[in-house]
Amino acid sequence: MPEIARDSVGLVTPQTAHFDDPLDLACGMTLPAYDLVYETYGTLNAERSNAVLICHALSGHHHAAGYHDAEERKPGWWDAHIGPGKSIDTERFFVVSLNNLGGCHGSTGPNSINPATGRLWGPEFPMVTVSDWVHSQARLADRLGITRFAAVIGGSLGGMQALQWALSYPERVGSAAVIAATPKLSAQNIAFNEVARQAIRSDPEFHDGWYAEHSAIPRRGLKLARMVGHITYLSEDAMGHKFGRDLRNHDFNFGYGVEFQVESYLRYQGDTFSTSFDANTYLLMTKALDYFDPAAAHGGDLARALAPARCPFLVTSFTTDWRFPPSRSRELVDALIRAGKPVSYANIESSHGHDAFLMPEPRYQAVFAAFMSRVARDLGLEERP
Amino acid sequence: MNRPDLKLIHEWVPTGAHILDLACGDGTLLATLARSKGVTGYGLEIDPEGITACIAKGVNVIEQNLDDGLANFDDGACDLVVMTQALQALRRPDLALDEMLRVAGEAIITFPNFAYWRHRVHLGIRGYMPVSKSLPHAWYDTPNIHLSTFNDFEQLCRDKGLIIVDRAVGIGDHEGHWTSRLWPNLFGEIAIFRVARG
Repeated sequence: MPEIARDSVGLVTPQTAHFDDPLDLACGMTLPAYDLVYETYGTLNAERSNAVLICHALSGHHHAAGYHDAEERKPGWWDAHIGPGKSIDTERFFVVSLNNLGGCHGSTGPNSINPATGRLWGPEFPMVTVSDWVHSQARLADRLGITRFAAVIGGSLGGMQALQWALSYPERVGSAAVIAATPKLSAQNIAFNEVARQAIRSDPEFHDGWYAEHSAIPRRGLKLARMVGHITYLSEDAMGHKFGRDLRNHDFNFGYGVEFQVESYLRYQGDTFSTSFDANTYLLMTKALDYFDPAAAHGGDLARALAPARCPFLVTSFTTDWRFPPSRSRELVDALIRAGKPVSYANIESSHGHDAFLMPEPRYQAVFAAFMSRVARDLGLEERP
Repeated sequence: MNRPDLKLIHEWVPTGAHILDLACGDGTLLATLARSKGVTGYGLEIDPEGITACIAKGVNVIEQNLDDGLANFDDGACDLVVMTQALQALRRPDLALDEMLRVAGEAIITFPNFAYWRHRVHLGIRGYMPVSKSLPHAWYDTPNIHLSTFNDFEQLCRDKGLIIVDRAVGIGDHEGHWTSRLWPNLFGEIAIFRVARG
């Protein structure tokens, strides 16, 4: 761990909340009991009005900011935006970040024991949807004594959760920030997810999802899934700038080993991911993405689907994001306008593609900070809680 | 609000109106109208700093280029569309006017009057492109690609069969003198029009 910066939340310890109330899921199944792992940063004020919920993306988790211990090399995944004086200012806000159900970082998921069988859930873990996550997050909020979040915030798949919050629990959301997201996946998005799933499922080590019982890991499949996913997270420009056609050695080998730097990078990303992420979780998360479509229940009319929302929205996209391009955010913005909802929209100039939502970019930070300062002002949180 | 056009708009906007402010800048007009007249609505802007300022004020702002039209707003979606000091920077001001009056029954438009006497002195006597408080740019870096006069705009409204509900001029930081009311095309620095669908 590098020396802790003044604008870091510092050392944080994950906590676990256990729930015995069965949770009915969209797929028709019921989770009899479950755990949610979460972290908090900042202090909940006496009025319990300054809570902010962070929703994570496909491969994310509860560790959004700070460090777990002195050995940790990198801080949480959204450390650029969460901390004292940062966009999500932990001097003002009490930040809650959890690992979603079905995850592989401590919350109940495919690697947990199924109480009905006594063995791992494995591939039998129920399909969870964005709505299911939101319901489970609401229960965590209940547990923490939070009746209403000052803001629910997320990027990518996390942005979909923020949007769903505004629809499922309009009275519990003060404002919603939907960043680099989309109101539904396109055919191309689903196609990329399907390639990732097939890579995993066709790995001989996958064993129909029972790999743990075979003491195996479908590493090759996960690696391929991550490689193809990673391509969609970066822009062509960003890849070009980072790697160009650079070779690892100076000449062609006329073989299939690693020659281009971009190959080396993708393989490294894939290898790292394949040893740290669970294959069944990856499959579940991609399906949650594919299924998300709040307009579907309203004949495809997104504006009608948005009718229950009561909070102001911030929608943000990034110019070179081709996974969920600005046009998809515009779709959401236009529907919010049509539904007469308060919304602001900024399209941030960035060369980083979809990954831009994770990074510090001056304009992104300015927009984000302006939105959060307004949230704070509306709640009278100008002073430290 | 020191700008005379903003002062007048504030008077003209009805209480509780749902409005669209095209090129809303830092959101001052919408924020003021929300506070004093319970106005709701959206601002459109492309300037990053303006957008951030709007968000900080709690003004709904959409990053949107006016040259791309207003297709995301339904017919009659608003009571009123306001556009201050932006018409002259648009690619097709005439089409923008059509769009504005599709989205709302009434529009308030302000723009620098190119026929203002000081501008005429610049061009007609000194032989230089006018530079003034309302036209602060040099000819080579100006965003104002469609400058027009008080009379030109009136002509366009007539051609389109629009109703001119009200018109006024502003000079410097005050609302016109009797000379500018009598000869607006000569003595008005800023043209202010309130037009409605015919």
